[in-house]
Amino acid sequence: MAMTNTQALILIAVIATATQLTRALPFILFPENKKTPGYILYLGKVLPYAAMGMLVVYCLKNVSLTSSPFGIPDAVAVLCIVALHLWKKNTLLSIGVGTAVYMLLVQLVFK
Amino acid sequence: MKKYLSALKAAFPYTIPVMAGYLFLGMVFGIILGSRGYHFGWAVLMSVFIYAGSMQFVTVNLLTSAFDPLSALLITLVVNARHLFYGISMLRKYNGTGVKKPYLIAGLTDETYSILCSTEAPEGVDSASFMFLVTLLNQIYWVTASFAGGLLGSFFTFDTSGIDFVMTALFIVIFINQWKSQKEHMPAITGVVVSVVCLIIFGPDNFIIPSMVLITIVLTILRNTIERRA
Repeated sequence: MAMTNTQALILIAVIATATQLTRALPFILFPENKKTPGYILYLGKVLPYAAMGMLVVYCLKNVSLTSSPFGIPDAVAVLCIVALHLWKKNTLLSIGVGTAVYMLLVQLVFK
Repeated sequence: MKKYLSALKAAFPYTIPVMAGYLFLGMVFGIILGSRGYHFGWAVLMSVFIYAGSMQFVTVNLLTSAFDPLSALLITLVVNARHLFYGISMLRKYNGTGVKKPYLIAGLTDETYSILCSTEAPEGVDSASFMFLVTLLNQIYWVTASFAGGLLGSFFTFDTSGIDFVMTALFIVIFINQWKSQKEHMPAITGVVVSVVCLIIFGPDNFIIPSMVLITIVLTILRNTIERRA
């Protein structure tokens, strides 16, 4: 261990507080008993769709297209999920099969 | 009591993919922290109070470098800035949830957000209890897994590499579900295109904040168009 228990506790407290601040800030700025500006309500309506798109990109951010395996396992798994989900419309099936395909590819094919 | 039981029944199926991902990632987290000489109590402490997957992995590194709380504060704000988007999206849904509201906010991870922003409680199920239980179940998975990981150390007998893809799969499926539930696709397209452009320009470690700023700007410019079409 590089630091004392007290230092570790302080560090964890700081990180926990800062994390909670990022979660709570919108609710602190726009409390229930005050009218939320129309612009913020508009953002609240459209952001879920944009944020989910951003989150997908965030998950795939470390995929390299220029070095082996050239993002092939990711691309194949994503296509499987999209195709299966549009066909069967079963959330757990799409997630389960997509993840299994990805695991097989990274463990057996593109080692 | 009955209210919670029906909410639990409704909430559990939605949390199954998160359970798979959290059990794995939480274990990995516990194992890594344990391997740095930290008792499993530390893993549990962090999973209860920080409860933010990627930040907890960063914290492991911060704990093993020089003591620097100010940098830790700034890194946390940057890594977790995306939570601001989630909060703004949930302002309305969390209205009127009363005593459950502080916990709903404290437990708003990527995964919990992805479920709650795309799902309504079924007919006859209390919405606040439903959202509360989705949040609580997810955190129980996470805390349990980091406890087990910290306790077990490295007794893994089968190859689990690639299982963290379950989170990516979850977000893709939710993205498709959201896409099909809407006629207006501009926000979804904006989110993907802007993030990809920023990823190319700023690289994998620095693209989230520029993406958030640019997404907000683009959606602000598009406001009149989108609201006219709605």
